[in-house]
Order: sequence, then structure tokens, then C-alpha cells
Amino acid sequence: MTKNLQIDVDERGYYGRFGGAYIPEMLHPNVEELRTRYREMTADPDFKQEFDALLKDYVGRPSPLYYAKRMSAHYGTNIYLKREDLNHTGAHKINNTIGQILVAQRLGKKRIIAETGAGQHGVATATVCALVGLECIVYMGEVDIARQAPNVARMRMLGAEVRPAKSGSRTLKDATNEAIRDWINNPEDTHYIIGSVVGPHPYPDMVARFQSVISEEMKWQLQEQVGRDYPDAIVACVGGGSNAAGAFYHYLNDDRVRLVAVEAAGLGIDSGESAATSVLGTEGIIHGSRTLLMQTEDGQVIEPYSISAGLDYPGIGPLHAFLIDSKRAEAISVTDEDALAAALFTARTEGIIPALETAHAFSALDQMEYGKDDVIVVCLSGRGDKDLAAFTSYLDRLPEE
Amino acid sequence: MNRLTHLFNTKKQDLLNVYFTAGYPQLSSTVTIIRSLADAGADLIEVGVPYSDPMADGETIQQSSMAALRNGMTLDILFAQLAEARRATEIPLVLMGYYNQVMQYGPERFVRAAREAGVDGLILPDLPVYEYEQEFRAIAEAHDLQVTFLITPQTSDERIAKIGTLSTGFIYVVSSSSITGKSGGITDTQKAYFARIAALDLPQPKLIGFGISDATSFRTACHYANGAIIGSAFIRALKGEEDVAAATKRFVEGILEPVS
Repeated sequence: MTKNLQIDVDERGYYGRFGGAYIPEMLHPNVEELRTRYREMTADPDFKQEFDALLKDYVGRPSPLYYAKRMSAHYGTNIYLKREDLNHTGAHKINNTIGQILVAQRLGKKRIIAETGAGQHGVATATVCALVGLECIVYMGEVDIARQAPNVARMRMLGAEVRPAKSGSRTLKDATNEAIRDWINNPEDTHYIIGSVVGPHPYPDMVARFQSVISEEMKWQLQEQVGRDYPDAIVACVGGGSNAAGAFYHYLNDDRVRLVAVEAAGLGIDSGESAATSVLGTEGIIHGSRTLLMQTEDGQVIEPYSISAGLDYPGIGPLHAFLIDSKRAEAISVTDEDALAAALFTARTEGIIPALETAHAFSALDQMEYGKDDVIVVCLSGRGDKDLAAFTSYLDRLPEE
Repeated sequence: MNRLTHLFNTKKQDLLNVYFTAGYPQLSSTVTIIRSLADAGADLIEVGVPYSDPMADGETIQQSSMAALRNGMTLDILFAQLAEARRATEIPLVLMGYYNQVMQYGPERFVRAAREAGVDGLILPDLPVYEYEQEFRAIAEAHDLQVTFLITPQTSDERIAKIGTLSTGFIYVVSSSSITGKSGGITDTQKAYFARIAALDLPQPKLIGFGISDATSFRTACHYANGAIIGSAFIRALKGEEDVAAATKRFVEGILEPVS
């Protein structure tokens, strides 16, 4: 299945010089317990069987790999969409929460906390907590609670408590800070389900492994549909970067495959209102990981901005920092306006309303060049139901059609 | 000689370490507070370096840190303020911040600047033992900047022993599993934990912090350790105060007054 990956995390959680676990002593026992046990635990046949069965029967995997005919004609190439939007709860996030809830059960934890930006990870966490009957608390920035109201309602419906993060920019970064503080205050009974490939080791690697089902399926789906098990390029949006990590995972060492990470430029790279970490970021530490982040000379974290709550994050997972720094992956940034236009185009060309996050990945297709025989996979990470308010106001200000 | 070494050689009990956030409530408050704390009888001072994302800190210190950053605090301003305060007092000064601040300034440059400004010790709660040994230990030791590590109720005896070999300053005994700023007295469970730590044969002085907020909790902590650290309660006492010097004096006197 997998080749011998050269790009892998070391025992201390480093990809090259990125990663690690820069955490207060208060978190050490929990993080150390995970670090020493996650590989053995997830490699256990019983674990794998339970994980695979839930992904199949509960999440609805495998997710289709769909040939987007009209979009392909428009770009003069072959575009395939990996349909993570068709998963239960509407995004890739559930792949990880299924895995982590099984980990939490094996660790004997009774209480689950999570952070969320767009609310997709919050919904996916609330869902698995309901599934196994565990208490669930989701931290969400006040700004995001307002702009992703449908997902807040879904979390409440599922029995989760949504706690507003009121510090800083009141978005994903601050929700993550609050979740970490909760974990410090509740070290015995609580597991923290981080939603992306961020945070202290082993989270980036553990989450990437749970999401790697995306590229695992792509291999056999491409073999069936195009007669070879790899594409020429994979395009995925990156906030923290979990859908991209999953879509890239089994191709990390296959240099026939271009890896394209799409970031949110917000109002523009130089506007001061952006979340394009690979361009604006420098090496530093955020949420326990050495990675690229947007910061001042004094190391103060700069408040990011994007219309997309899921990409509105000043850092990037350490795997992606490594891939971009080593030029294994290329980064493309997309503005709010271009993402909105791409969402509309995708809706009207393929009949699929993508999440605002995913719309950034679609927009990146405008900035790429292709051969007519190329095979391009876009990771369609989530569906856009949660973003209808933003899409409606965009439609309202378009000129008469 | 490092002023911390001198202090710990000469005073073994009831050490009062007061934390405040540099640049709060006013940018210029730093020097006033250090001088007032020293005059009022604090034994050492922990100077909080304001950070945008202080993950181990509760709401009180988050807010004082944000206020200090809005006041314009930077590392260069802070080092200049500390150098000014140092001309007036020999009280040991310990910086408490987050590792990203040190990393961006440059570890070597940071340590030199701190030592030149008269800083004696450093606490970086998010720089764990392994990373400290890899990235920072040699620099700190070369410049005799004493580094303090935290231990918590969940820290194993084995790990405490390891931390005991690495801490060059005092050991920071975190009183409970929590972020800073919680108060509500010291429980029997905490007393049992303090007794366990007290029984361990650690070469460094031990100061208990987190949740120490008044004369009673200070006395109790001093019963189990060489002293205690008070932070959030002092920040709360400074909030909205016009006369920072008077408020500081009042606060320290309230802590040190004999408990009836």
C-alpha cells in the first residue's frame, strides 16, 4: 500500500526542524501518554477493525472520486473531485474524530473537548461524542459563532456545549487557546480532540494518519478510473491543513505528484487582513508546535483574517511548513472575492456547493497551468450549507445576471 | 554572584515572590512596581513578559498582557526599563515569558540583553525539558541566567528528579492542575502533594505558585516550601489604580501581615 516514506515524523515529532511539543509541564502527562501509546494503539487489529467499520457504515466511506466533466472542459484538463463533502456531517473532519474518539475510549477518558473554526470539526466531534455517549464541550470564537450559526445549532442539537472564546481575534486561534487551558484545568478525565494537523506532537502525525484514508482511497480509485494510481497534482485548502495532509499523505514521497496547498489571502496578501501563512509567516511556535506563523518581530502572534472561518488561522501544521520550506509542496493564496467567485462557479458548473474553505482550492485552479492529459485531484473537503449566508450576500451584490 | 544564589544562601524560609505583568497598568508602571515591591518587602520579583497567546495563563494575566501590549510594550522597552529599575534596587529579578518570544529575539541575544539589564532568572513554561536541553541550556548556563522549571501534581517523581538536575534557579511548584488565577484556599489534597514534594531531596529551593492569593494561603504554602509566588491576585489589586506605588505597598503589607 504505502511506499517507504522518507517524509515522516521522528520520535520527538519533528518533520525536519518543524514540529515538537512546546507545552507547559501541566500538559506533559496527557501528551506523553498519547505520544507513547498512539501508534501501538491505532495499529491494534481491533482498533483498525472498529475504525474501518465506522468509516464504512457510519461515515459512508469510501467517498467517491468524481470526474468533473464540465469543469475539466473549462480548464482544458482532467479534474477529479475527492468527495469528502459527502461524508456524514459534510466534511473530512469526521475521519479524524472517529479515530480520536476510539483513542479517548481506550484511554478511559470521560469528557471530550475540542476547538472549532468553521464549526465542521465541532460538529464532527459532537457527533462522535453522541455516538459513544461522552460529554462534549466545543470552544469556538465569538466571531465564528456569529458567522457559522448553522453549525452552532447542529452542535447544540447533538448535545454539545458550545463555549465562546472571547480573547484576541475571537476566532480559531483563540478557541484553540481556550481548549488548551481547559485541558490544563482538567488533566485526569479529559481528552482533547484537536481538529487539524496542528498542536504538540503526536497530534499532527496522529491526525494526518486518520485523514490519510483520503489518499489511500484515491490510489485505488485512480487506478480504476484512469489506469494509474497517482495523479499529476493534488490541490487542497490549508488552514491548519488536515484535509491537505490526508490527501497528500500517500504521495508525500512520490515526486511525480505536485502537491498544491491553498491558503486564504483574505483581502489580499499585503492588505494586513490575511491568513496566508506560508507567505507572511516566519518560523516560530504556536499551540505547542514549531512551525510557520504570522508574528511580529517580537514574536507576538498577528491576528489573521479570512472570510473562511476554517482558514482563519495564523499558523500552519508542521508537516506543511516542512513541505513548503523544502519545496515539496507549492503554496497558492486566494482572496475572499476569488473564493466566493469559485464557489459560485463550482455550484453552477458541477451542481456542487462547496464550503468556503474548499472554494479557495477551486479558485487556485485559475492560477495553475496544465497539460490536456493531466489528472488533477481537488480535495472537496466540505459542503457549503453552513456558508449560505455569505453566499447569499455575495449573490445580492453581483450585477444583474 | 547571581542575586538569586545570594538570596537563597541568606534566606531559607518565607520567601515572597510577586509576579506582575510588565507595562501594566501603564507602560511606565514597570519601574515603579519593581521599586515598590522591593521597598515593601518582597524577596524576589517575577516580571511577566506580555504575550499575545499565553496558554498557561488565566483571564487575569491574559487581560493584563493584552493591556500591556496595547500600551506599546516590546522586549527592547522592557530591557531598558529593567536596567533603570536595577539602578535603584538589588532585588533578584526573574523573567517569565513564552519561548517564542526568546526564539524571535534570538536565544543568545535575549540572554545577553536580559543579563545586561540585571535579570537573574528565567521561566519559560512552554519550553519543556527535552527542548531546553537541545536548544537553550548551554546559552543560559554560559551566562549564569538561572532557569526555573515547573512541576505539577501530575509530574512523576522520576521526572521531578530529572527537573531537579536541570533547574539552576528555584523549582516552581504548581499548586494544582490549573492555569493561573484561580483562588479558593488550599485543599487537603494539595497539602498531601506539597508534603510529597517537600519529602523529595531536591537541591533547589521550592516556591509554590498558582492559587496563592492572600496572607493565609501564603502562610500555608510557606509551611511546605521555602516560599510562595503570588501573581493574579496582585494584578487584580492593580486594576484601575491611579497610585501604583501605594497599591503595591498596600498589597505586600497585606500578604506579610501576621495572621491572627
